[in-house]
Amino acid sequence: MSILLGRPPGDRPPSAAPGHTGSRATRILGVATLVGLVGLCLCAFIFSPPDSRPGPEPGSRIGQFDAVRLMYVHFPAAIWTYSALGLCALASGVYLWRRGVWWDRLAHASAEIGVLLCAVTLLTGMIWGRPIWNTWWEWGDVRVVTTLVLFLTYAGYLALRSVPAAPEARARRSAILGVGGAVLIPIVNRSVEWWENRTLHQQSTLEELRIEDLTLFTLVLGIAVMGVFFLWILIHRFRLAWLEAEVESAGLEAALAERRAEAGEVAATGAGAGGTGEGGSAP
Amino acid sequence: MREVLLVAAKDLRIELRSRVLLFQVAPFAVATLVLLGFALDADRSALRNFSPGLFWVAVLLTALLAAQRSVAVEHAGRAADALLLSATSPARIFAGKALALAAQLAVLEALLGVAMVVLYDARVEHFGLAVASAAAATVGIAAAGTLYGVLAAPMGVRETLLPVLLLPVFAPVLIGATRAFGDALGTAAVNGWAWFGLLGLFALVYAVFGALAYGPLLEAEA
Repeated sequence: MSILLGRPPGDRPPSAAPGHTGSRATRILGVATLVGLVGLCLCAFIFSPPDSRPGPEPGSRIGQFDAVRLMYVHFPAAIWTYSALGLCALASGVYLWRRGVWWDRLAHASAEIGVLLCAVTLLTGMIWGRPIWNTWWEWGDVRVVTTLVLFLTYAGYLALRSVPAAPEARARRSAILGVGGAVLIPIVNRSVEWWENRTLHQQSTLEELRIEDLTLFTLVLGIAVMGVFFLWILIHRFRLAWLEAEVESAGLEAALAERRAEAGEVAATGAGAGGTGEGGSAP
Repeated sequence: MREVLLVAAKDLRIELRSRVLLFQVAPFAVATLVLLGFALDADRSALRNFSPGLFWVAVLLTALLAAQRSVAVEHAGRAADALLLSATSPARIFAGKALALAAQLAVLEALLGVAMVVLYDARVEHFGLAVASAAAATVGIAAAGTLYGVLAAPMGVRETLLPVLLLPVFAPVLIGATRAFGDALGTAAVNGWAWFGLLGLFALVYAVFGALAYGPLLEAEA
């Protein structure tokens, strides 16, 4: 990870920050994401069949029909939400232990992407739920509700990060919140197993390979494409966080230099005025 | 233990002298309960059925004010610095402040409980379960409130940031305490003691996490 993101952890001097967020690695990942996205769209919309099975009545069909195609985004987004927020919690924990700014920026970048993916998970789930469950929102489903709580928790994390504060204090507070919020990740992930009678979500079909070949392939492709996408924007966001810190630090240095220059001018003016006074008192 | 009690006594003494709890927080709590009654169109049977949830919503909103107040007293005149200089360990400061907050919440819950019986016509069927689940929930709320209160404290945006951080954390308490009270008040056919266990676990997790995290947080403030 550190090879992709930049120098290894530790207190790297701010002046060594990258000048931009792009690199050879990000260009490769960007192209791979685009190519993967085209492949995913082809598999999801053209090659894979709609979910349809013979129903109990003669001639009737049951299933998710075309709504199943939303799963190729919803499920990978959920998987990478857990990964991103888990990475945030891990980086936050390491930050509290090692105090390297590298870990703080990694936690920030992964939290932001995690919240974005969590929003995608919730939105695609709601759109899917309207035709399948006949409702946009199902309060009786424990995973839906816990995912919303997870989203709100890490939205709070981003709110905390956005408040101006000394970088060290902000990093420490955010790290504690990042670690604390991670308690929810296993609860959301395992909720369908722990509260079987409190969910409409299906149990882990991927683990038991109970789905059709092409559907399974498209689902795995979706996870892979979303993974490359996650890595791609993680690197960009990490480097952006580094540049933001550079700008913040440069702004502070510029303000200090301005104040020093003002103080110098005042001193020079004072000295000049003193000199005139002496001159004026001379005969 | 003595240091914990000293910190708790200090906070409680400030509350007794300032009367903020009595004249501001308690009326807010009762007003919340009244407004929730209007929201349900003052329907007596609906109010009785939903009284456990309404009670805990009122408690959690009130707990936000109490948690903010608990942090505010440390920032007035930079009292937190004096607390740090006293060489008391952060874990004990945390325990003392959480204990004081729990005591204040217990008083407010007792007041809200009476108001719930009077206004919502609620009837307590299992008093032991109600008290035990309220105690476990109160410890959890106080521990989380003390920790997140100081997390959002020093940045001049405490009033808006603290609810954003704390309300999602309170969600499990609201669910667990509502279910346990549903059993205690006879409005829900659930096993209240199982939910009491969840509340106890929440309280334990936040008490331990708070005691561990309070030190780095105080250092960040110093």
